[in-house]
Amino acid sequence: MKPTDTRDPEYYHKVVDCQYACPAHTPVPEYIRKIAAEKYTEAYMINWESNVFPGILGRTCDRPCEPACRRGRVEEEPVAICRLKRVAADQKGDVQSLMPHAPFPANGKKIALIGGGPASLTVARDLAPLGYEIHLFDEQIAGGGMMRSQIPAFRLPEEVLNEEVGYILNLGIHTQFMTYVESLKAVLDQDYDAVFVGTGAPRGRDLPKLPGRKEGDANIHIGIEWLAGVAFEHIDKIGKKVIVLGGGNTAMDCCRTSRRLGGEQVKVVVRSPFKDMKASPWEKEDAQHEDVAILDNHVPLSFEVENGKLTGMKFQRVKAHYDDKGKRKLIPTGEPDVFIEADEVLIAIGQENSFPWIERNIGLEFDEWEMPVVDKVTFQSTHPKVFFGGDAAFGPENVITAVAHGHQAAVSMHLFCQERDLHQRPAPYTNLFSTKMGIHEWSYDSPVTIDQRYLVPQAQKSITLIDRRKEVELGFDPPTGYKEAQRCLNCDVQTDFTADRCIECDACMDICPTSCITFTGNEADEDRLREKLLVPAENKSQDILVSETLKTGRVMVKDEDVCLHCGLCAERCPTSAWDMQQFFYSVTKAGNL
Amino acid sequence: MTYLKPLFRHPRLPKNKLGYTLKEYEGSISTLCAGCGHDSISATIVQACFELAIEPHLVAKISGIGCSSKTPAYFLGNSHGFNSVHGRMPSVATGANMANKNMVYFGVSGDGDTASIGMGQFVHAIRRNLNMVYIVMNNGCYGLTKGQDSATADVGSASKSGHINPFQPVDLASLAVELGATFVAQSFSGDKQQLVPLIKAAIQHQGLAFINVMSPCVTFNNNPGSTKSYDYVREHMHATGKMDFVPQQKPIQATYAEGTDTAVTLHDGSVMSLHKLAPDWDPEDRLSTVNALQQARAKNEILTGLLYIHTGYGDLHKILNTTDTALNGLTEKNLCPGKKTLDTINAGLR
Repeated sequence: MKPTDTRDPEYYHKVVDCQYACPAHTPVPEYIRKIAAEKYTEAYMINWESNVFPGILGRTCDRPCEPACRRGRVEEEPVAICRLKRVAADQKGDVQSLMPHAPFPANGKKIALIGGGPASLTVARDLAPLGYEIHLFDEQIAGGGMMRSQIPAFRLPEEVLNEEVGYILNLGIHTQFMTYVESLKAVLDQDYDAVFVGTGAPRGRDLPKLPGRKEGDANIHIGIEWLAGVAFEHIDKIGKKVIVLGGGNTAMDCCRTSRRLGGEQVKVVVRSPFKDMKASPWEKEDAQHEDVAILDNHVPLSFEVENGKLTGMKFQRVKAHYDDKGKRKLIPTGEPDVFIEADEVLIAIGQENSFPWIERNIGLEFDEWEMPVVDKVTFQSTHPKVFFGGDAAFGPENVITAVAHGHQAAVSMHLFCQERDLHQRPAPYTNLFSTKMGIHEWSYDSPVTIDQRYLVPQAQKSITLIDRRKEVELGFDPPTGYKEAQRCLNCDVQTDFTADRCIECDACMDICPTSCITFTGNEADEDRLREKLLVPAENKSQDILVSETLKTGRVMVKDEDVCLHCGLCAERCPTSAWDMQQFFYSVTKAGNL
Repeated sequence: MTYLKPLFRHPRLPKNKLGYTLKEYEGSISTLCAGCGHDSISATIVQACFELAIEPHLVAKISGIGCSSKTPAYFLGNSHGFNSVHGRMPSVATGANMANKNMVYFGVSGDGDTASIGMGQFVHAIRRNLNMVYIVMNNGCYGLTKGQDSATADVGSASKSGHINPFQPVDLASLAVELGATFVAQSFSGDKQQLVPLIKAAIQHQGLAFINVMSPCVTFNNNPGSTKSYDYVREHMHATGKMDFVPQQKPIQATYAEGTDTAVTLHDGSVMSLHKLAPDWDPEDRLSTVNALQQARAKNEILTGLLYIHTGYGDLHKILNTTDTALNGLTEKNLCPGKKTLDTINAGLR
């Protein structure tokens, strides 16, 4: 194999599993080290720069980083990255003085943001300091979009939401809340230089064809609409017996909210097996902890209505069958249908995009699924002035993905307004520096703790279930936060190898606790080389680092898979051929262009 | 700071037939200089014991004084160990070995410990054919006292300060062959492919197995002009043959070409197969070994690999016809057979 080119920033980026998995590529290990050093404000600002909503995401993120965490490959559980982010947000000092301050010198360009959710707010934050005049339209009474209408207050307190939305709106954004935009054409007819659409996936799926749907309508609600009703205080109670249909996180929010509004027997009924449910595992656990029953393998047959009133639902029992390709089929078990009593039913079986307000004759193409045609890189639609992001761009995802879209759309809009090529994307900002301070001293904590993942304390059920605004999770206190932070393996401190310094003493290979390093003859074929390592590198999703040919004709091959970044290879290296070099990678935002 | 080795290991680390991974054979983290050849030898011993699936509690490591003699702390942490007096490793090993013949004995020594202060002990351990693996980690200098030339430093070899050694070296391998050692090998710490099978064979050999391992001292003797540096040893190494060790359990599948390939069956039925690179040499012929060693010396080569093996000569226990039971297993009943037996013996002497 050819020697690995570590000058390509993506090689080392990929080694930082959490950061690589994060849609916004937040420099996770960097802020975790700051938390361990009690530099909460700095940790918060690293997050704010990258993901805009540290306090919100520290409570509600879908955490794509955690399944990717290297720690999960060497022991049971990944680092509690998400909840550490919350520690930074909870313990931070004055951050506002570190943020840009309006007013900014105007650059003469005007931008409209339609929708006030995470994607639009990210665009606003990135572009406002550049002097854009930004007008934000949203039909709700305040900014935040689905973070306000759909995420219940017991998971995300309103103060936290208001604070972080406020940081952005304070950048001199012209807001027009309670304003439903009815026509994109009308917006385009005004003198905006660019328009961003971040209207989310606002339509909850229904079951219109299920028998009894119409008759029982008074007691059947669409999940996200019902959650919005609760959030905006139009709804404050629910029947004692509640069925929630669906297995995603919205279903979990619905059932847990129901428990707080008077639901006593709340059942989540889902078609798929429990393990296939879309909800995050921790959301399922929290729901079960609040005495919500989850019934899997039940397919809804009908709403049962008696004397014009909903009495419950009928379900067919099924079994999941997987074919060779892992594709699932639900096969009826033949058992008798099940009737479940219910006073009210919440349907939380997914969300859809809906663009009734965009005219189809303004040069903005839609595809066969009625989704706008949007460039995956630039987020530009076929109408050059119109950009999309968040759920509105490619369908329902999550907050952190919306933020990542927002950053890229902001870059595009800035390039567009300067009449530059949108496809010339800015390179990431990177830095690489040695952490060596002495023979056994590094500027990071290299020892690897064996602590298991710490649990986030929760408020007592007896308190949280009577007040829908009472936050359930209490967050780590600083001492626990420190201990959890120390579980981080510092994957951004890279094992940097310089072949021409190596004397092939094997010291690194001998000391490596996880047998990552092998000196061996090279192979043309990567798979063959992977097999030849001390422990064959079977995890193909992880790269192998191949050195230039050494003096004896061999090469050094390092399997990145379970490297602990403990620095022992570099400590045992007599010639500093190995060095522990800290790598910083930051996605370039519009503000840095 | 990392003075502790992390406890995590590769989740797919191979297991031997005892169900142990390499971790069960490791010792504590080395305090030797980074890049020391001795650490490689430690890792090789770990690998050899792992591959042979030796139960760690059936191994004893005995050493003298010096950098080399510190290494038993860095391998086989679950085994017995005795860090003895300078040059006196063979005596302690003899005592331990006599007390219990059912264990694997590693004698770990250095060039100072063996070729100077312990020379007398070394010579007599060989003469008695004590059943042990005698490893000399040979770096040609006294690393623990700042790198003075040792007795194995080659004449003309330059020290780090530029001083040229004026004395002839003690050639430990030649000496061992001369004294009648039954297993003599030479190797290089940077060549695990050769060293692992050598150590495995040495463990299985019944009798004293002597391995002289060139082990560069990165701090004091890895400079240009030194004949014990990584570069010099690599350039001047000349292997007697490619070697493979086949434990007795495995059927032997290799076919041997006449003249170049040979197989030596060890006491326990395991086989060492050799692909000879030096044509005139026969590992079971002492004369040819002496010849090969002398020729290599004349050519400034370091002859490595198995040099000499003799499997027909019994070890010390066999010579003395000792009991098979370890001394700690002999009870009063065995040791004091009673008045009746004594009377019989006495009667036989009248």
